[in-house]
Amino acid sequence: MPTFLGLDYPTLWFLVIGACFTGYAILDGFDLGAGAVHLFFNKEESRRIALNAIGPVWDGNEVWLVIGGGALFAGFPKVYAAVFSAFYIPFMIFLVALIFRAISIEFRSKEPMIWWRKFWDVSYCISSIAIALALGLVLGNILQGLPMDKDGNFLENWTYFLNPYAGMVAISTLALFMMHGAIYLVMKTEKRLYTKLTIIVKNTTIFFVISVLLLSFYTLLYKTHLSERIKENTWMFIIPVVMVLAIANIARRTSQQKYRLAFLSSAVVISLLLVIVAVELYPYMVPNSLNPQYGLTVHNASSSAKSLGIMLVFAAIGVPLVAIYTSFVFWTFKGKVKLDEMSY
Amino acid sequence: MDVEILSRIQFAFTISFHYIYPPLSIGLGLCMVIMEGLYLKTGQKIYEDMTRFFTRIFALIFGIGVATGIVMEFEFGTNWATYSKYVGDVFGSALAAEGIFAFALESGFLGVLLFGWNKVSPRVHFFATIMVTLGSMFSAIWIVVANSWQQTPAGFHIVGEGLEARAEIINFWEMVFNPSSLERITHVWIGAFLSGAFLVTSIAAWYIRHGKHLEFSRKAFKIGLSVALICSYVQLFVGHKSAEVVAEYQPAKLAAMEGHFEENSKADMYLFGWVNKQQETTKGVAIPGGLSFLIHYNFTEPVKGLRAFAPEDRPGNPNLVFQTYHLMIACGMAMILLTSLAAWYWRKGVLFDKTWMMKVFVWAVLLPQLANQAGWFAAETGRQPWVVYGLLRTSDALSASVKANQVLFSLVLFSLVYALLLTLFLYLLNKKIVHGPAAHKEEMHSPQLEEMAERFDTR
Ligand code: HDD
Ligand code: HEM
Ligand code: HEM
Repeated sequence: MPTFLGLDYPTLWFLVIGACFTGYAILDGFDLGAGAVHLFFNKEESRRIALNAIGPVWDGNEVWLVIGGGALFAGFPKVYAAVFSAFYIPFMIFLVALIFRAISIEFRSKEPMIWWRKFWDVSYCISSIAIALALGLVLGNILQGLPMDKDGNFLENWTYFLNPYAGMVAISTLALFMMHGAIYLVMKTEKRLYTKLTIIVKNTTIFFVISVLLLSFYTLLYKTHLSERIKENTWMFIIPVVMVLAIANIARRTSQQKYRLAFLSSAVVISLLLVIVAVELYPYMVPNSLNPQYGLTVHNASSSAKSLGIMLVFAAIGVPLVAIYTSFVFWTFKGKVKLDEMSY
Repeated sequence: MDVEILSRIQFAFTISFHYIYPPLSIGLGLCMVIMEGLYLKTGQKIYEDMTRFFTRIFALIFGIGVATGIVMEFEFGTNWATYSKYVGDVFGSALAAEGIFAFALESGFLGVLLFGWNKVSPRVHFFATIMVTLGSMFSAIWIVVANSWQQTPAGFHIVGEGLEARAEIINFWEMVFNPSSLERITHVWIGAFLSGAFLVTSIAAWYIRHGKHLEFSRKAFKIGLSVALICSYVQLFVGHKSAEVVAEYQPAKLAAMEGHFEENSKADMYLFGWVNKQQETTKGVAIPGGLSFLIHYNFTEPVKGLRAFAPEDRPGNPNLVFQTYHLMIACGMAMILLTSLAAWYWRKGVLFDKTWMMKVFVWAVLLPQLANQAGWFAAETGRQPWVVYGLLRTSDALSASVKANQVLFSLVLFSLVYALLLTLFLYLLNKKIVHGPAAHKEEMHSPQLEEMAERFDTR
């Protein structure tokens, strides 16, 4: 197996996919979160401003999901096949939520009727929440391992996914995104809406801190396999420590009204949470809860080295390109939202 | 119904629905590039209005294209798990490339295209329009490459056996430039250009019929018509090239397209007809030896017929392949006739006086849509019973852990959601067209909207 910088290709590709999903969680995380807090605004103008704050970028953010999905398909076809067929029903609902979210953003401004706008507001908010919960639910179940046969076929009914631990991960994901989204919105707004959002930021931060504390205790007590690696390698304690500091920093920066720094901190929190997930799972991608031997690992589920090599080249060319024009877009729309005749 | 048939119906349904929108975006994108280019070149405000107007329509179409696209990316894994394991190594890379090289470009610059009018200079805006259009054309490349690989696999070898078997890549460029890629991408692109161009002419013709925005719509009509005229002729040749590839690499599909059963004889080309699978006959009006001529440039050269293949290796529904293939060609011919006649009237300077012609153009937007859908149905049902031609059967490609009732659930769910989507799409499209190219400025400060906002706040 060829290596690069001492890492074999499947491990590298595992990192690339991890980076894609992290990018997705940070970027789409803020616009999903903005959606989840949408109904807290009760003025028409506030809702429009909130929508237009994510208007030019949400679609580009969502592309990271598409890229991550494609990268998983290409790099670990067995994982892609196993996970997607196992989560059939949750994913179908997730897809419908994605569709509704996209069209709510698009359609809301197209009619002047109050019921029309309220309908799409509700649909936008519910679908954003549903997406966040579904992502958390999938993550929570993968962390616990799936009951699969040796070919990676899921052996249970979909109701299996509705368990307390996955539920807690789902709620924490939602809380995280709400906080992240509220901080983003605060950066893009002014005057009364801004004041209102500073309160929402506080409340969502509290919500997040409580849910993540509960989740951590539960994990440490009942899901011991999910903290083994960090326990065994003491130096890795730095990851949770930095994370806690970052969370504290969110609180500090919001009270100083330095929202840009608070936003960066919450991005760091998201990344570190996913780093912990990766550290604890590796080399597994989907553990098998019935028989550890049949778990899908980075090595037994990957594509050939040839194929991974090709895609590493893609990533090396593509990612900087995407980064360049993404920054260009964010830069073009920097600053507070101003409504004009092309706005939603 | 079993999982296989349900999954096939679901895939066909969801992708056909998706495929209503991308060709419109690609084609409309091209027309917008032309319009905005004319604006930059001439500085005439009317071209700016035109670009802005079509941008609003573009946004609507694009939004639904994006919303429906993610479904299929998931479906490969949810419904066709075995297939995903089989092909992942080979064409997963094409899919990943699509995400990173095409969608990211497209969605990134879309923000600037839609909301950047007052934020960036006209040149930068023009650049964004070009990037979005290029991005959408790139999406077509990679996904059609992936599909072409399924039609004519190349650049791989098989490892493992039985259920464990899967294709592994040997040569990336051979995979990308497999025997049918180039022909099919061009064919798909031109089909998309036609969709967009006919949308422009349809909207313009509607205004002309109603005596509205005349200067605007005449200019727009001419742009749309020019693109449509060129593309409909080019499509004939490109389609013919595709047929030659099919003849060489997928003879069973070709036989089904023309309802040709006899094992190895001179083959006719039907103008229309009906294929009877049980009796293995085709009835209809045919040009004797036509197919032989098209493929070998000789009216008597034999062509392999369906009987040359074992019954389990023939497309399951040859009549569907035949009918959809002929529908596509009929639409193509109709477009050639229509655009040629319109161009002739244009030269004589009487184009916009022909009310009947404007009436036809209002509805002609359906021709490329029909042709695009029919073309894919012919290509995909003609590939059956194979998912990967000659290698993996559709019946072996399913997800082992997914049950029929689950697929039924999702199929019903998507049918309902898509019915709603299509209704809303048509309603809003119609509304935008009726509203016309006038800027939204007045509308934004309309008393109606302000009153609504007030009542919205107090409730
Ligand atoms: C990269 C892959 C890919 C691409 C670009 C397309 N398809 Fe496809 N199509 C498949 C991959 C595929 C598939 C996953 O391989 C299916 C599912 C079952 C099958 O036999 O092939 C399929 C089946 C399938 C069927 C059902 C055939 C049958 O069951 O008899 C139809 C009607 C279409 N497709 C139509 C389309 C349309 C309208 C497309 C244009 C947008 C399209 N396909 C692009
Ligand atoms: C199975 C096949 C397909 C899959 C998996 C697929 C996947 C997707 C996805 C995920 C998106 C949304 C991207 C985003 O979030 O921005 C999308 C949009 C798009 N797709 Fe597809 N697609 C398929 C077939 C096609 C075909 C055949 C074409 C072209 C000819 C095409 C062209 C486009 C374009 C241009 C868009 C942008 C939206 C639009 O223009 O309407 N797709 N597709
Ligand atoms: C006028 C003569 C035409 C000919 C001879 C022709 C020929 C063909 C052939 C042989 C295929 C099957 C390719 C395959 O299975 O690999 C095909 C597919 C297709 N055609 Fe056409 N075509 C014509 C017109 C059109 C027009 C006018 C449109 C659309 C506006 C169109 C859209 C398509 C599409 C979308 C496909 C499926 C994608 C593909 O397989 O390339 N065709 N065509």
